[in-house]
Amino acid sequence: MAHAIVVEGLSKQYRLGEHQSDLLQERLIRWFKHPFSTNGSSGAETIWALKDVSLRVDDGEVLGVIGRNGAGKSTLLKVLSKITHPTAGRVTVAGRVAALLEVGTGFHGELTGRENIFLNGSILGMTRREIERKLDAIVSFAGVERFLDTPVKRYSSGMFLRLGFAVAAHLEPDVLFVDEVLAVGDAAFQKKCLSAMDEMRTGGRTVLFVSHNMAAVENLCSRAVWIDNGEIRLDGGAKDVIGAYMAANAEACSLAADLTSNRQRRGSGDVRFTRVEFLGADGSPLEFLSSGDSVILRLHYHAHTAVVRPDFEIGVFTDLGTLVTKFSTWIDYEIQSLSPGGGHLDLAIGCLTLLPGRYFLSLWVKIQGPVFFDVLEQCLQFDVEASDFYGSGKGIHRYFGIVFMPSGWTLNTSANPAGDQLAEHLANGAR
Amino acid sequence: MEAVRDLWRYRELFYFLAWRDVKVRYKQTTLGIAWAVLQPLLTMAVFTLLFGRIGKMPNDGIPYPLFYFGALLPWMYFSTTLTTSGNSLVMNANLITKVYFPRVILPTSAAFSGLVDFAIGCVLLFGIMGYYGIPPGWKLLMWPPLVVVLFVLALGVSMTLAALNVRYRDVKYTLPFLVQLWLFVTPVIYPTSIIPDRYRLLVGLNPLSGLIDAFRSSLVPARPIDWQLLWMSSLVTIALFAAGAVYFRRTERTFADIV
Repeated sequence: MAHAIVVEGLSKQYRLGEHQSDLLQERLIRWFKHPFSTNGSSGAETIWALKDVSLRVDDGEVLGVIGRNGAGKSTLLKVLSKITHPTAGRVTVAGRVAALLEVGTGFHGELTGRENIFLNGSILGMTRREIERKLDAIVSFAGVERFLDTPVKRYSSGMFLRLGFAVAAHLEPDVLFVDEVLAVGDAAFQKKCLSAMDEMRTGGRTVLFVSHNMAAVENLCSRAVWIDNGEIRLDGGAKDVIGAYMAANAEACSLAADLTSNRQRRGSGDVRFTRVEFLGADGSPLEFLSSGDSVILRLHYHAHTAVVRPDFEIGVFTDLGTLVTKFSTWIDYEIQSLSPGGGHLDLAIGCLTLLPGRYFLSLWVKIQGPVFFDVLEQCLQFDVEASDFYGSGKGIHRYFGIVFMPSGWTLNTSANPAGDQLAEHLANGAR
Repeated sequence: MEAVRDLWRYRELFYFLAWRDVKVRYKQTTLGIAWAVLQPLLTMAVFTLLFGRIGKMPNDGIPYPLFYFGALLPWMYFSTTLTTSGNSLVMNANLITKVYFPRVILPTSAAFSGLVDFAIGCVLLFGIMGYYGIPPGWKLLMWPPLVVVLFVLALGVSMTLAALNVRYRDVKYTLPFLVQLWLFVTPVIYPTSIIPDRYRLLVGLNPLSGLIDAFRSSLVPARPIDWQLLWMSSLVTIALFAAGAVYFRRTERTFADIV
């Protein structure tokens, strides 16, 4: 069978830590300082959004792509649809390609529904004659007959999305890339979209479908790939891959994790973390964590050789990857040495000041140098629940930020002593 | 080669994007299409009064309104295109990050949409010529090829600016300034005849000089076209276009990542 999509050793690198579009001034200054440096962006941090991904998709196959946010799914889609160029590797896609990364791309509010159908259709690669031929079908699919000559800025958001998807659903590409567009609209419309996708499938089209909706992936796709950290973690039957992904997710989100089999670690291995867990202040296992709890974070380790003055570090990150805080033994608890063998290190947290939400832990053990023995990034994913910390009957909501600071209010009006003192002070100063 | 085939496949997108620009521009303003008429007419009136009647600028025997309108029309096309086309990639960032199409379509369609205003201006121009009783001579046949050169020049410069703009947003702020300076070094307000001969080469380096001078000269029978200057302008135009196209090609693969 012919391959509709062939991906070989695909990698994509992004620059981080620098403004995406830099100022000419900075560039010039850099150039004056280092006129012979060929790389104008030296020192910029980079990340690999995709690492050596290889993939073959047969003609007419419907492939689901699943994975966490930021795992590289969207980047894969963007590279496949030629929106962005790969840093390394090769992509071959046979036939006419259409990519749906967003519903209603290029819609202009001032233009009418009809005008936008033509504009959007041509942006997606349809010819004018093709759009004219399908106009009636598109309009009735979207259900906007009465508003066809109304500017779309007066459309409801539902109508807007329906019109956008209707245009896309009438594309007749050989290969279709779809990203999450089904996550929008009401239930009835979602069903309509799914059946439209199903029709495309039965029409013998090759479809690559990126989604968080596991039910939809299972329904539409025969095969799925699970992308994790820019790499393909699992490729196989949709049911199996989804099962494995869900299992990993369920395991990932807990208050304890076994780390012995974690393979995404770095470091020399002289000391290895074996387990990390949250415990109650009394050392008992916890069912859940709430804002304001008093807890113990226990790190189990195994030292394979004796090490001198190791530093243990724990980083707490939000689910978007923002560092909330770090704990380090280097600051306040110097460990002279570790002898070979196992053990555990307890970190007592008097008040967990995290607001409700999802967080990650990263762990490091190293010596000055720095030589890393073990590095486990985002090895524990945990949820913090809301609590009535102040006993006011009101929980501190996640919209209040990332952390809270145990605190109390005092109101001083001008009638009380503090205010009087100020008035007196001012009066003295004036005299 | 593949790039050319790609462009052909997306040829209708040129039309639709240019059509969108024109349509939206006229839909959003109360005066709508009247702007295309008012802008050059008002500028012409001010120039005629200030530089013509008061400043007594030499006009080479062309009535002042025609002298200014004939130069303002190509100049306004050029300056508008520089602005719209130079900002086209940044303005359409949502398209660039969501859909694939040959990126060069964006600056090109913006340059095309400006031709609509230019065409409307041409109708006005014939009206002005009729008013002064100037019969259209054979030299008016020069206009279509001149417009082609003007288009190529505007697009060549805009491609460079648009690509630079993606990476350096300074361009957006520099553009109005650049346009203003360019007006002063171009024979719009004054005729080329007042420039001393020893500066001719320098004047020729500005590709707009020969072009606008030729636009102006072809309006009246009495004034000959300065072919030497026009050839110089055309050569510089080709060079600028080639440089713009090469720079655009080289940078377009990173547009979606940094825009």
